[in-house]
Amino acid sequence: MNSSYSQNIHTWGRIWCSLALVMFALFPAAVSAFYGAWPNGLLLLQGLAGVVPIYWTVGIIEAFTFSPMLGSGGSYLGFVTGNLSNLKVPCALNAMEIAGVKAGSEEGELISTIAIAVSSFVTTAIIFLGVLLLSQLQPILESKLLAPAFANILPALFGALGVVFISKNWKIAVAPISFMLILFIAVPSLADKVSILVPVGAAIAIGAARIMYNKGYL
Amino acid sequence: MKGLIGEFNLNSPLLFVIAGIIVLFVMAQSVFFLIKAWRRARELKISAAVLKRVAGASAVFTVAPAIAILMGVFALTKFLGLPLPWLRLSVLGAVTYELPAATIAANVLGVPVSEGVTNAQAYTTIAWVMTLGIISGLIVITIFLKRIQGGIDSLKKRDARWGQVFIDALFLGMISAFMGLVFADIRIGITGWIPVFVMLVSALLMLACGFFVRVLKVKWMEDYALPISMLGAMALAIPITNLLG
Repeated sequence: MNSSYSQNIHTWGRIWCSLALVMFALFPAAVSAFYGAWPNGLLLLQGLAGVVPIYWTVGIIEAFTFSPMLGSGGSYLGFVTGNLSNLKVPCALNAMEIAGVKAGSEEGELISTIAIAVSSFVTTAIIFLGVLLLSQLQPILESKLLAPAFANILPALFGALGVVFISKNWKIAVAPISFMLILFIAVPSLADKVSILVPVGAAIAIGAARIMYNKGYL
Repeated sequence: MKGLIGEFNLNSPLLFVIAGIIVLFVMAQSVFFLIKAWRRARELKISAAVLKRVAGASAVFTVAPAIAILMGVFALTKFLGLPLPWLRLSVLGAVTYELPAATIAANVLGVPVSEGVTNAQAYTTIAWVMTLGIISGLIVITIFLKRIQGGIDSLKKRDARWGQVFIDALFLGMISAFMGLVFADIRIGITGWIPVFVMLVSALLMLACGFFVRVLKVKWMEDYALPISMLGAMALAIPITNLLG
């Protein structure tokens, strides 16, 4: 990878992401300033104390786990547009599969970036329309009839995604899936902490893969 | 509370304007990266037809998860009004993060989450907590991504095959965590198995799509196999739940 794209992507990414950080702080800052209602420092710290230990850890772990899959452009865009594990990462994986390119290659990075950008447009459009049509849509989407469909969105996503990737790499999949099944069945309360368990699964998969690779099984 | 622009209102036009500017900024970033990636892909001789297929498939795939995210917006609206949830779930945020973060901040302030926030200071405190609480991933990416990718590149240079296995293992680590999660409730009885059955239905639908694509040569289905399987399993979750729930 030695194109002007790969040389410049980090410069572009850093500029856009730095600006994004400023923009994200703009909302609370502007509202605080306009209403003359800056937070009480102590209460703000107490609120952050309840959020930061878990979510900063998750954020840092996600950065190290997802960026090798998404590539540079995909990561700079994905971490700004959000909804990574439930949308952008599966979307990028699906796109790379369709295009027949490997994650980690330059082609994979480009396809992943295109998928994340398109996904970001569609998400924004759907949420925008949903907000405009709130009163008409809310009763339908929150109806009893559709509740089971939306309650099962993650199983519906990861069943299909799992079949594709496990069938291609079943030897690597055995150890992390066995571990996660036992863990979640034994400690169901961990369901809230699934983001933290993603790198645990990754570490087990990498460890098992390394052993099999060294022994020539892969 | 009265500020520069009068009484605080959860749905004031000012809040919509600020949120709108930020959403537009992120859309501009998406356009920028899309154009750069598309041009580079064409330089690498990836055909425009393939890129259009990828874009179309990504758009279709996004619909169902985006509707689930929209429901996250609805869930927060009663408590925080429309602009803040609209902003946070369109960009940066995650449906799994925003509700817990807002709830934690509300608890600290002693504000009930079942009704709209009326106090501007409580609102800004919650907005600051939600913003600062999720920012770590973006900071790490901004500062360290070049180094992380450098590490991955050198791994691949040392041993290209292991580099690929390493990335495949990362995928499977993520997938295994979410597949394990599906089994979290099986000990509560038959209703706890519903997500497992939905996952199996989704997997079977994906296999059926594979049969159509590979054996019956229904090529168009290749691009839409994931959304077809996902939406099919979500639809079948309704009778499965009615039967077992």
